[in-house]
Amino acid sequence: MIAQLSRTERQWAAVLAILLALLGLTMAIAARQGPMAVHGFMALALGVGLFIAVGSVLEKPQPATSRLAQYYDDPTKVGIALAMAWGLFAMGIGLWVAALMVWPDATFGHAWMSYGRIRPVHTTGVIFAFGGNALIATSFHVMQRTSRTRLADQLSPWFVLVGYNLFLVWSVTGYMMGVTQSKEYAEPEWYADIWLVVVWVAYLVLYLRTLARRAEPHIYVANWYYLAFIVVVAVLHIVNGFALPVSFAGAKSYTVFSGVQDAMVQWWYGHNAVAFFMTSGFLGMLYYYLPVRSQRPIYSYRLSILSFWGITFFYLWVGSHHLHYTALPHWVQTLGMTFSIMLLVPSWASAGNAIATLNGAWGRVRDDATLRFMFVAAVFYGLSTFEGSFMAIRPVNALSHYTDWTVGHVHSGALGWLAMVTFGAFYSTVPLIWGRKAMYSAQLIEWHFWLALAGLLTYVFSLWNAGITQGLMWRTYNAAGTLNYSFIESIDAMRPYYIARFLGGVLFLAGICVGAVNIWLTVRGVRGQAPDRPLALQGAE
Amino acid sequence: MSKIERDPVTGYTTTGHDWNGIKELNSPIPRAVIIFIIVTHLAALIGWILLPTWPLGRTFTKGVLEVDQKTDLAADIAAANTARADWMARMATLDFDAIRADPDLMARALETAAPLFGQNCEPCHGKNGIGGPGFPQLSDNAWIWGGTSEDISKTITVGINSAHPDSRFAQMPAFGRDEMLDRTQIGMMTSYVQSLSNGFIANDPSEAATLFQDNCAACHGEDARGVEGTGALNLTDAAWIYGGDAASIWQTLMNGREGHMPTWQSRLSTADIRMLALYVEAMPGKLQ
Repeated sequence: MIAQLSRTERQWAAVLAILLALLGLTMAIAARQGPMAVHGFMALALGVGLFIAVGSVLEKPQPATSRLAQYYDDPTKVGIALAMAWGLFAMGIGLWVAALMVWPDATFGHAWMSYGRIRPVHTTGVIFAFGGNALIATSFHVMQRTSRTRLADQLSPWFVLVGYNLFLVWSVTGYMMGVTQSKEYAEPEWYADIWLVVVWVAYLVLYLRTLARRAEPHIYVANWYYLAFIVVVAVLHIVNGFALPVSFAGAKSYTVFSGVQDAMVQWWYGHNAVAFFMTSGFLGMLYYYLPVRSQRPIYSYRLSILSFWGITFFYLWVGSHHLHYTALPHWVQTLGMTFSIMLLVPSWASAGNAIATLNGAWGRVRDDATLRFMFVAAVFYGLSTFEGSFMAIRPVNALSHYTDWTVGHVHSGALGWLAMVTFGAFYSTVPLIWGRKAMYSAQLIEWHFWLALAGLLTYVFSLWNAGITQGLMWRTYNAAGTLNYSFIESIDAMRPYYIARFLGGVLFLAGICVGAVNIWLTVRGVRGQAPDRPLALQGAE
Repeated sequence: MSKIERDPVTGYTTTGHDWNGIKELNSPIPRAVIIFIIVTHLAALIGWILLPTWPLGRTFTKGVLEVDQKTDLAADIAAANTARADWMARMATLDFDAIRADPDLMARALETAAPLFGQNCEPCHGKNGIGGPGFPQLSDNAWIWGGTSEDISKTITVGINSAHPDSRFAQMPAFGRDEMLDRTQIGMMTSYVQSLSNGFIANDPSEAATLFQDNCAACHGEDARGVEGTGALNLTDAAWIYGGDAASIWQTLMNGREGHMPTWQSRLSTADIRMLALYVEAMPGKLQ
């Protein structure tokens, strides 16, 4: 794989590996002990490992120029493998977190196993590790096909992929060691945050350079969404990450914002992480793989434009709906609520555009589980966005806020939308880029689909019930004019729902296990002929 | 760029864009979408007119309704307090016998105290007051500081070993650590204290009984039945705070104990405390 890099690229790769090792060494020396030193040693080990790997092929001959007549899919292959590995890990941890809600003593007295530490491991693992690797991998695939050009170079995709995964490993191992910024979905500390900025800028530059080489006159919708994902996530991450380290030799830092401003910035970030990471990026995925798999034209170009700009504009206003009935001024809450209502139509226009695209291909939806994954994803995208706008209405939020309804809502999005569309995209891509005729087993895709759907429905129905029950218990007054239930009674009442949610998680995890086996067997299988989309005539690199 | 085609399924033409085989239809935006855009935007507009919404430099648009969450909340709380004012005042001032004699007031007290107990007492004293290591059981008839509403309300108000100036105070000395008894004697006393649960034997000539009379009887009484209101436990019943097994008793004798119950005076109103006292007083009967 490394031998596919040109000699110049290999030399640069060696230089980057040395720089990474030096960075790790500097961190370890500066910190001397504690999590930052551990992370420094990780970077050092990775840098040395990469240098050895690159160095062993440094003097090998240049790769054949015939590579320029093909798309560059090696990073996509590795990205898909990483996404599946992270998915298994993070969903497994999620199941454990769900088990802790039923059997709270299952931490066995170890701090790193406690709920507060493994819960962010689960959320980061699913959203940023499983989802992020899936987005990076598919974006490399999609931008090449829709631009009919090769990636702008062969080295920067590796920098993005390896760098991003180093960030993830730092994050996840940091949580277990007790490192956290205490900002939901933005827990990693300052050095990991800075590192992510470097990686993300490299990603943006690679994307723009590749788009600039496109052989198509227009930029396809999927690329609008991927670009919005890359650009806005950078802005969100940088602003929410403004923090002062206590010392450059330690992991702890404090945010520069204070009080309700901090809360507002955090939820402006938090909600738009949902919008531009979990929505925009995956819409890019859907907009490519759905028409390709269903062999149908996109139902409406105008709806694409309307929903893209609607989503991009309105989402940035709605973060304050996470802070209803708090110290946040009332007027900011009204803004968040009303923009959430206006956001509904552009969101539904996307879902509707996807579903209407399937007109004329319903037979395929019935017969092809891969396409069915994407269809269900579009349906759950529509359901989740409706639910989200509904929950943003203040009086509704008064019932739903702080309950497990919120958790159910997030999972209807994460399992029903994000994971489903990713599996559809992976099952479409894997045979193609590994040069196989089809996935190893269509039957296993069916199994995965039904396990995932059963798990998803079990999960969200149990948490809808749990959340509404909690919300009602917390607001029930008795005849004497006092709250009727103590908090602990509402916890007691959750037990059956938490057990059901755990079982839902078991089913969903079983599904991705089946998927991982199927992908593994496909990759290991006999090489066939898979027709790829043509590449435009390439100039020399 | 490909040519414009007509899609046979929908009847619409394509836009002419072609991305490596992906095409788009030039279909109009469905009427329903436009109607829903108008409806949602009108809803937002109505919200902006009625509610505080847009910032204007140092102030903001107040909205026709002139609502504000802070004043709304204050009004809600005031209204709720007014509705309860009459009977809550009686709860705070009548003596306990008078409250017990008023079935309506008593029903309100027990109904209100149940969630209060769940929020404030249950984290230590357990569900239904079953207690746990370090936290006395409230649902039995063994009381350390007294089991009447009067006693209980005082305990809740001032706490035990708390920061309250009138706090109840109790301390079990560290007989082992402070070298008042040696390890052999501690072991002997552990067995003896355990044996007390089967009954106190008067005029016991054993060495352990003598040690008990010399070291423990001053607080726990010559008959080991403790003295209610001093914090000295009755050692002859089945009720324990820190556990009646040999290891726990050994720990208690070796290192002493000094439990802590917070003062609730600043967190709960007088009426709340009195309702809780009535509720806790009634607890033993409820479980049996």
